[in-house]
Amino acid sequence: MYDFAYEKPGSLADAVKLLSADPDAKALAGGQTFIPVLKQRLNRPSTVVDLAKLGLTGITVSGDKVTIAAMTTHATIAASPEIKAKIPGLQHQASLIGDEAVRHRGTIGGSLANNDPAACYPSAVLALNGTIKTDRRSIPADEFFQGMFTTALEPGEIITSVELPVPQKSAYEKFRNPASRYAIVGVFVAKFASGVRLAITGAGQGGVFRHAEFEKALSANFAPEAIAGIATPAEGLNGDIHASPEYRAHLIGVVSKRAVAKAA
Amino acid sequence: MPQVTLTVNGQQHEVEVEGRTLLVELLREKLGLTGTHVGCDTSQCGACVVHIDGVSVKSCTQLALQADGTNITTIEGLAAADGTLHPMQEMFREHHALQCGFCTPGMVMTAVDLVQSHPDGLSEKEIREGLEGNLCRCTGYHNIVKAIAAAHPLMHAEAAE
Ligand SMILES: Cc1cc2nc3c(=O)[nH]c(=O)nc-3n(C[C@H](O)[C@H](O)[C@H](O)COP(=O)(O)OP(=O)(O)OC[C@H]3O[C@@H](n4cnc5c(N)ncnc54)[C@H](O)[C@@H]3O)c2cc1C
Ligand code: FES
Ligand code: FES
Repeated sequence: MYDFAYEKPGSLADAVKLLSADPDAKALAGGQTFIPVLKQRLNRPSTVVDLAKLGLTGITVSGDKVTIAAMTTHATIAASPEIKAKIPGLQHQASLIGDEAVRHRGTIGGSLANNDPAACYPSAVLALNGTIKTDRRSIPADEFFQGMFTTALEPGEIITSVELPVPQKSAYEKFRNPASRYAIVGVFVAKFASGVRLAITGAGQGGVFRHAEFEKALSANFAPEAIAGIATPAEGLNGDIHASPEYRAHLIGVVSKRAVAKAA
Repeated sequence: MPQVTLTVNGQQHEVEVEGRTLLVELLREKLGLTGTHVGCDTSQCGACVVHIDGVSVKSCTQLALQADGTNITTIEGLAAADGTLHPMQEMFREHHALQCGFCTPGMVMTAVDLVQSHPDGLSEKEIREGLEGNLCRCTGYHNIVKAIAAAHPLMHAEAAE
């Protein structure tokens, strides 16, 4: 691991200043992705800016919206009775991320900023039509995720919270790699009065994506049978030692049906 | 060099570290607490688990500087001053829950947090899920699961006293 300077600013404005002044300064949240990356020398920051003292924790429910501050941990989301009542799919998803110790430190903001193609939360935030709030603006989920490890965030921009509309029904189903526990295919489905949104993680070369044909069929009939006859093409899907693109295409159908059955 | 102030097993320390110093390096190399092990480079094995403010954390995936002002318990801090083992350690011994012992400090620390956070009982499934972040090369987990189930009533009886 290369050495770096470490800062723990006490205000959002100071954190933004530190990150904007130096293109090689990097934010640190729970460290459950960033520290392994540093250990492998895949990144060489000049300064690590710890976001722990910015007061960015907590869950607020108001009417038909749930707002989760960026530094809220996976463990807190998994243990939240409000999340369980309002968005059960998200509570279940958080409980499946990594392991207990990882969940105690890893944060929703860190996971969204990182946009790992196999990460869990991007599927929830995209399916729920969430809004990512930063120190300077609000970004709709449909614009936020821009491909593998790529987001709409500008250099130095800090996620402060994510706002999620409360769906009528929701569920997450994860077919996981038994060694890493990341998703080989993960499906989040959310049913709103206005229709169904379904997002898939783990499978796409460009990271998380929505499945328009599934959404259309499920909006007409919210039942696993509604998508039974729809084949997903293997083009654009990941192939690696764990699963070929064809296998992932098959899993998308199976895992989506399970998610719908769970939500319905 | 930057300084961290933290309490480890009840004792306060002020230590000079680098930005990149990991918490596990501080514990092992600066404080000589070598009971906390390092078994991997990928944050997957759990041999390094300690409690930060009572909660299990992988100390290899934590900067020493992030732990400034916290209260840390390592495997060395579990037994009583007179050497009486913690009920979890005692049950690991009784149920033969270790072979080479490399994973054991992390297993025990994870298990103690798991039992403490489930006062109303712990099913076998919950124990196995709770151990997802701790890998054991030797035992096949069976006896570890038994030891944790056996420690649950003992720890909660002790806490109720
Ligand atoms: C063993 C293991 C298993 C895992 N399994 C899973 C899994 O099954 N599913 C899953 O989804 N994840 C998994 N993870 C990843 C975990 O969820 C991470 O916690 C998460 O991806 C990153 O969050 P973090 O808070 O740790 O961020 P960090 O690691 O601190 O940061 C990640 C990146 O985001 C940036 N960043 C962090 N916070 C912000 C912010 N508020 N604004 C702007 N940029 C920010 C950082 O600069 C960095 O580039 C696993 C991790 C481990 C170690
Ligand atoms: S050494 Fe920390 S998880 Fe392996
Ligand atoms: S007892 Fe040898 S690794 Fe667990």
